[in-house]
Amino acid sequence: MRVQRFWSIIALLFGFIYFALPLIGTLEFSLRARRGVYSLDAYRSVLSDPQFRETFTYSIVMAIFTIFVGALIVVPTAYWVRLKLPRLRPVVEFITLLPLVIPPIVIVFGYIRLYNTSSFLPMTGSVTGTNLLLLLGYTTLSLPYMYRAVDTGLRTLDVATLTEAAQSLGAGWFTIIARLILPNVLVAVLSGAFITFAIVIGEFVLASLLNRPAFGPYMQLVGANKAYEPAALAVIAFSIAWICMGLIQLVTRFSKHTKAQR
Amino acid sequence: MAFLNIEHLEKSFGTNHVVKDFNLAIEQGEFVSLLGPSGCGKTTVLRMVAGFETTSSGAISIDGQDVTHLRPNQRNIGMVFQSYALFPNLTVAQNVGFGMRVAGRPKSEIKARVDEMLRLIGLPKLGNRYPFQLSGGQQQRVALARALAVQPRVLLLDEPLSALDAKIRVSLREEIREIQRELGITTIFVTHDQEEALSMSDRVVVMNGGVAEQTGAPFEIYNHPTTRFVAQFVGTLNTLSATVVDAKTGGVTVGETAIALNRPLDGAKAGETINLALRPEVVSLGRKDGRDTVLAGRLAEVHFLGSTIRMRVDVGGTLISLDTFNTPDTPPPQIGEAVELSLAERDLLVLSD
Ligand SMILES: Nc1ncnc2c1ncn2[C@@H]1O[C@H](COP(=O)(O)OP(=O)(O)O)[C@@H](O)[C@H]1O
Ligand SMILES: [Mg+2]
Repeated sequence: MRVQRFWSIIALLFGFIYFALPLIGTLEFSLRARRGVYSLDAYRSVLSDPQFRETFTYSIVMAIFTIFVGALIVVPTAYWVRLKLPRLRPVVEFITLLPLVIPPIVIVFGYIRLYNTSSFLPMTGSVTGTNLLLLLGYTTLSLPYMYRAVDTGLRTLDVATLTEAAQSLGAGWFTIIARLILPNVLVAVLSGAFITFAIVIGEFVLASLLNRPAFGPYMQLVGANKAYEPAALAVIAFSIAWICMGLIQLVTRFSKHTKAQR
Repeated sequence: MAFLNIEHLEKSFGTNHVVKDFNLAIEQGEFVSLLGPSGCGKTTVLRMVAGFETTSSGAISIDGQDVTHLRPNQRNIGMVFQSYALFPNLTVAQNVGFGMRVAGRPKSEIKARVDEMLRLIGLPKLGNRYPFQLSGGQQQRVALARALAVQPRVLLLDEPLSALDAKIRVSLREEIREIQRELGITTIFVTHDQEEALSMSDRVVVMNGGVAEQTGAPFEIYNHPTTRFVAQFVGTLNTLSATVVDAKTGGVTVGETAIALNRPLDGAKAGETINLALRPEVVSLGRKDGRDTVLAGRLAEVHFLGSTIRMRVDVGGTLISLDTFNTPDTPPPQIGEAVELSLAERDLLVLSD
């Protein structure tokens, strides 16, 4: 017992060092913009850069839309597959995993070929069209995580019986999905949303090749041209991720009806 | 025409013929149980009435309206499931009010009705709880209230008590029956528990292999089963092989003992073997007035059940169960002792198959 405990503490310590050391290093480096003393100069420089604010806002807005569209596609699909096509579940799961296997560069070249200005649907011809294309690309990239999260969330529900109970009370499909299924998998959707957010904020290939002013290409630009600012950017990005995680924890804690399951 | 009519209902899953020519007419306010072993098609019949399963053929009508092809949410039928199926994200009050909210009823009306329903099920103070904060029995009562709140035309219950403890099962079944009587709602209750079916129902449909073998009042089903299956499934039953001596007057022999059944045995010929059935409670240990047929045997088993004692007596190789009341001053005989059993001829049932 005691020996086991000793080893788990060692493992924990090792894990902590493995994850924390690079972060601490980055943080320390980002504070050394002024010679000899620690300062927030690098952060000031980043935050005062109008391009930072523009690209960051752009990516956040894109992330929110991606989460929204992703949930809109994934929740009804995962629900329907569980309810009506349980034998197709492995197939659907495989399809949602494809974005992990196919590199984004392939996806974006596919998009450009299919939707270029001389195609049947010239989406790249306008800013709105390109934004839409980027949004759909992001949604695809987030599919593996979103689907998995929602599907796991659905597993804790007796989907078939709940659906029948609702139907016998007069509910149609829209009511069932909006009032019963979605609220019950909201925590799962949120954890999928968190990963989606992280992916979209850092994504480079799609945004760069579609030439949209996103945060990913901006980070790359700063990284290639400056010394301390990239480190500051990395720390900022990490903080945002942690805040997201904290928010999800809070939401989970405050959704009363899920208490029973944990 | 009855209130709820099920005519020539058939259901197959692929090549599996699950429900065969099922017919049932239920009057308004009647409480009917479908009783049968697991897998006999009870749930399938109920789900076809609710609309969750399509029919292979046949028709279902409620209050004169053909509902065979209506979607479940158009049938106005209340359903209670074995697993309660309360919506976990909604409070008790929201669960009960769900159907009315879907129907777009005004808030004040929903609130009044929810309060009324919660009082009906005896949980007036639990409206703000979530389902996971309730016991199984409470959850099932909420499920009942939820189904009844929309004032359905028919109430369907699929083994609603099977997941509950024995004590709660008995008290809740009385409560369900009371509420059903109070509201006068037409009800189909599915169960594999014969005691449940017999104690609650106006009529019982005994099902076997997708077929309704016998439909009748509990008293009728228990005392006059028409098939061997019904006789055996409902209650405990002794079966005896008898040899026909005289088919016209009902003379038979069981082992060495001649018995006059005093009724014609239709279709039987002398020398043939027929099956007779006997309930444990109509057999007495020792000789008794009015029970003139005496069988001799040896006591094989004694089961002390409290108020009653069940014994099994070996009569010429056939075990016959009998029940006697427990009286403190007469202990049961010892296993292996020679005993005599007495019974009345009229209590012997002749089984048709
Ligand atoms: N959806 C289904 N698909 C295939 N077979 C089914 C389905 N539902 C029920 N069955 C079969 O129908 C038969 C009757 O089932 P059911 O009506 O649930 O019986 P009961 O409720 O009396 O236990 C069983 O053999 C079962 O395997
Ligand atoms: Mg069943």
